[in-house]
Amino acid sequence: MDSRFADGVKVLVPTGSLGAGVREDEVAYGMARGVDAIASDAGSTDSGAAYLATGKSKNNRGAVKRDLRILMQAQAEHGVPIIIGTAGQAGGDLNLDWTRDIVLELAGELGIAPKIALLRCEQDKAVLKRLNGDGRVKPLPPLGPLDDATIDACDHIVAAMGVEPYVAALEAGADIILGGRSTDTAVLAAYPIWKGAPWGPAWHAGKTGECGAQCTEERESSGVLLTVKADGFEVEPLSETNFCTPHSVSAHMLYENTDPFRLIEPGGVLDVTRAHYEQCDRRTVRVTGSEWEKRPYTMKLEGAGGGKYQTLMLVGIQDPDVLNDIEGFHDRMLKVLNQRTRSAIPAEELGEFHISLRMYGWNGVTGQPVPAGTAPPPEICMMFVATADTQEIANSIAHACNPYFFHYPAVMDKELPSYGFAFTPADVPRGRVYEFKLNHVVEVDDWRELIRTEWIDLSETEQGTMQEAVNG
Amino acid sequence: MAKVRDVCRHVRSKNAGPYWVTFDFFFDGPENFEKYHASPALAPDLFARLYGTDPALVKHIPVADLDMVKISYPRATPQGGVEERDMHSGQQYVRVLDVELD
Repeated sequence: MDSRFADGVKVLVPTGSLGAGVREDEVAYGMARGVDAIASDAGSTDSGAAYLATGKSKNNRGAVKRDLRILMQAQAEHGVPIIIGTAGQAGGDLNLDWTRDIVLELAGELGIAPKIALLRCEQDKAVLKRLNGDGRVKPLPPLGPLDDATIDACDHIVAAMGVEPYVAALEAGADIILGGRSTDTAVLAAYPIWKGAPWGPAWHAGKTGECGAQCTEERESSGVLLTVKADGFEVEPLSETNFCTPHSVSAHMLYENTDPFRLIEPGGVLDVTRAHYEQCDRRTVRVTGSEWEKRPYTMKLEGAGGGKYQTLMLVGIQDPDVLNDIEGFHDRMLKVLNQRTRSAIPAEELGEFHISLRMYGWNGVTGQPVPAGTAPPPEICMMFVATADTQEIANSIAHACNPYFFHYPAVMDKELPSYGFAFTPADVPRGRVYEFKLNHVVEVDDWRELIRTEWIDLSETEQGTMQEAVNG
Repeated sequence: MAKVRDVCRHVRSKNAGPYWVTFDFFFDGPENFEKYHASPALAPDLFARLYGTDPALVKHIPVADLDMVKISYPRATPQGGVEERDMHSGQQYVRVLDVELD
């Protein structure tokens, strides 16, 4: 074991996701315990493909800046590094640049001059095609082999980083590391591994803390403190009123994972089959027996692209004639809307299109038939979704369907109804459909093949500026 | 005649990346865990029938220490497609609550 690793290391995880609300009192509590590093991820694929495809963050800038201000103040005061992974929600270059600019702005406002490492993992399409051609890109179920057309259909592609780029940046003296897409686990495991911690406990600690206080009993607090030692790790909430239990900690291995015992990471597998969880004081759980199996180095690719465009309309319906036959009404309405669209818009202009009606309050979530005999609800919300090649065509479809969607009767011989619509104009151009297109890993001999580290050393910049001023 | 909702204290579903959904069935104690976690009613066919997945890819992993079984399957369409209705798949568990286990 590395001589730098003696009594273990403490990693403060202030929040499950940067921008979600770091608490100053929690950070102060952790820092008072002698923290060695602050680490948090800032995103994931959970919220969908839009953030990678567009390079935009899900969180608003003010919320991320607020959280970073608290962390950067702690960093400057205590001299411990900040490690942020999956910057800007998706970790592509645009997401990373957005986060970098906030950090630079804050450094100016706080009057501090940290040494900042930017870990870029966005991938060049030509490079990926070459790697794929060399047989080094492998599909993960349920997808099949990758082709060039799929690579071209992505607006942005990233390779999820493991601990190695972070360790290299720590070794080179980074005060703040802003990482592109990374496994959540790696962001938290990197510092202990750099200090020589055993890999099993370090990775397992990272998995445990990845969602902040989600591994605790009371989720209203935000962060946790991880202490990685020679033979295991400990986890405690940063809120003194909250506590961890063996159940809350072991159950977190289940979260968003297809396999609760084996977690595949770049360069290996975390295996917790033989992990043992015990309460070591009222608020802290100790975990031993976590193992790391070294494997050939692979990085997971994520790629996202924009597809067709959608326009929405919504109505609320309490009309008893509709509610007594929701399925029949849905089917007749859908047929009429498709006919109306084809008759109102020339085929060469229309292109391939799709209309769906979601009956919220009935089966909006599943789209599947409800059990026979289900009583009518007091009302439903019907959502119209038109999908087409451009926003203009999707809007045109909505405009063509507008009178039918708002007035199509459930019973033909009655006066035309008007369903409850809430705003005018009644159609909502929604933008593009964004989809993930890759579920593949790429085999690399060295992570540096796919990852680039950039440095912004503000202390040098300031010295340089001062030097210029002196010389000038 | 026990249904899932009768013998589990908690059932949840969640996306596990853009291509997979994972269900967690937390039984109400070791007795019902032992009795039902490997029930044929929770076999891959159920997930093929309800969610249109490929039964050959369904994973079934019991965690005895937590009296739970995790069942994961690839989504019939990836997260966020044209007809997406449940981006996180967080509501998908509801359809298994009334599945009869014996």
